[in-house]
Amino acid sequence: MPRPSAIIRIEGVKKRYVLGGENEVLALRHVDLAVEAGTYLAIMGPSGSGKSTMLNILGCLDRPSAGSYWLGGEDVSRMPDDQLSEARGRKIGFIFQSYNLIAQLTVLENIQVPLLYQGKDVRLFHDRCLDLARLVGLGDRLGHRPNQLSGGQQQRVAIARSLVNDPLMLLADEPTGNLDSRTGTEVLDLIDRLNQAGKTIILVTHDERVAARAHRVVHMKDGVIDREVVNRPPPAPSR
Amino acid sequence: MISYQLASTIRLGVKSLLLHKLRSALTMLGIIFGVCSVIAMLAIGEGASYEAQEAIKKLGSNNILLRSVKPPEQARQQGGGGGGGGGGPRGMQLKYGLTYQDGSRLQTTIPGVKRVLPMRIIRENVRFDRNEVPCQVIGTLPFYPEVAGAAIVRGRFLAHIDEVHQDNVCIITTGLARRLFPHQDPLEHSVKIDAFYYRVVGVLQERSQPEQRSQSGKMEGQPLDNNVYIPLGASRTRFGEVLIRRAAGSFEAEEVQLHQITVQMENTAAVETADPQIKTLLDKFHDQQDFEIIVPLQLLRQAEQTKRIFNIVLGSIAAISLLVGGIGIMNIMLATVTERTREIGVRRALGAKRRDITRQFLVETVVLSVGGGLIGVVVGVLTPIVVSQLTTMKTIVTVWSVLLAFGISGAVGIVFGLYPAKAAARLDPIDALRHE
Repeated sequence: MPRPSAIIRIEGVKKRYVLGGENEVLALRHVDLAVEAGTYLAIMGPSGSGKSTMLNILGCLDRPSAGSYWLGGEDVSRMPDDQLSEARGRKIGFIFQSYNLIAQLTVLENIQVPLLYQGKDVRLFHDRCLDLARLVGLGDRLGHRPNQLSGGQQQRVAIARSLVNDPLMLLADEPTGNLDSRTGTEVLDLIDRLNQAGKTIILVTHDERVAARAHRVVHMKDGVIDREVVNRPPPAPSR
Repeated sequence: MISYQLASTIRLGVKSLLLHKLRSALTMLGIIFGVCSVIAMLAIGEGASYEAQEAIKKLGSNNILLRSVKPPEQARQQGGGGGGGGGGPRGMQLKYGLTYQDGSRLQTTIPGVKRVLPMRIIRENVRFDRNEVPCQVIGTLPFYPEVAGAAIVRGRFLAHIDEVHQDNVCIITTGLARRLFPHQDPLEHSVKIDAFYYRVVGVLQERSQPEQRSQSGKMEGQPLDNNVYIPLGASRTRFGEVLIRRAAGSFEAEEVQLHQITVQMENTAAVETADPQIKTLLDKFHDQQDFEIIVPLQLLRQAEQTKRIFNIVLGSIAAISLLVGGIGIMNIMLATVTERTREIGVRRALGAKRRDITRQFLVETVVLSVGGGLIGVVVGVLTPIVVSQLTTMKTIVTVWSVLLAFGISGAVGIVFGLYPAKAAARLDPIDALRHE
């Protein structure tokens, strides 16, 4: 059983893709990983290293072919689709490279979307959504549509959206990939602040400078964790 | 909670549709036309059959009409000229039709008969002062108004004593009263018919003019409500049994006792059973086919049957246009799903279950089709009004046709929205997120 403080525990995870007929690709050979609450973890690796597959499994978008994945004390590796969707919405906040805001919705409505899928009454969470918008510095842009915002602003809306269900962790996939260095730094500073406030962050990148902000950096290669670098010790488990 | 979620899903659907206003409007157009044509076509069909049914209903659904008809073979012989050497003593005289005896036989033999109303119908000009109007002079019995459903407006109808005395009294219809007596009260004046004077004792409002319906095109061009009613006995004695008609050097004589017998039955059930019995009875005493039996009830049934077929045909045509509209919707929704694949992926990542995605797109389709349906109902209700303004066609928009059309538009949305919505929900979130 995983220790209670490890919110993520991956044991012996394999992922096999069948490419039709006899062709099989082993995207993940064997991965073990444990992440304590409050950790800022970066995952690096060249393309084809299994980095994306790892991200999909961590994000509950995909299920491992073998092994188990404990997320917040729950084994999500064998969950049926509906439960997995539920877990995804409740426990994980996604931040994408291309922001992925919904074009027809305003800033406020975009932040509210994850609430909707948890069956929550958006009206009861209005103050929380406003707080989050202010936290990311967009309290005065609530009625704007994504196409009226800059890239950095859009990404900050996406961060607010990822936080609305108070997830166990934020999962960021190249969050600064589409941003210039200045706005990229702003976004990363925001992520740092969230981490300092106690949020667990997992960030996939191939930028060393981005990875340098993390407590731990996991390097992947050929479907396994090649090596791990600890930049600075993660905070001690509070419990 | 559920309704709140649904409301927000509908709001979202409307928002997404407004993002592509032209596309949504064009898609709706298919449904608008479909719904509109369902309502308009059914309204026109309903109106057409309503008029026919009203005409038949006026004949009385408890009545059976028997009419004298010139037998076809004899008519041909006469037309050939001379009719051959063995023509008999009467020469050109033609004898056919219903008889007084037929009337009494019907009264005594057929069960369920309430009344038997004999009528002699003779075309003759009626004169008063300098006005002369071609009329139907109808010899009949005092209970005519009850059987034919006519109403006395002024004075009285024929009385039993008129029949006994064969009095020269008459009742005229309102239309004739207007033509003969434009400035006077017709009561107690005398009109001249053929060689005799008849005293007007009443004015009658006809419910319908069943007499005009028979005898092919002879009555064409004649006002429909110029009827004079005289006692049957008077008709018999004043005009005689043999009616002579002269025209351009030739003459035609025919002996017809009764032109029409209206058999009033106790109830509609009796009408059904009496119809074949009457035919059998009359066939026994008529060696030629010189009468016709008209059962308004059957005509009504036939009209209803025709209307049903009419409605089915019109309805199918309209349904096909709705189907086409539905296919249009499905096509657009499939395109929309492809276009918004990435949005679907994002929503799935943010915790949407498959059924949430299905619902979102289904609601969007239904909003589209029901929106089109609503507009279609408005246009469809207005179209028949315009049609009846521009043409003389009568149209009736029935509530059920509106509900039907609207219901179908909603069903079209669900049926044709289900596949695109399911297709959207089936997308793998990873592939959907990666979609450009």
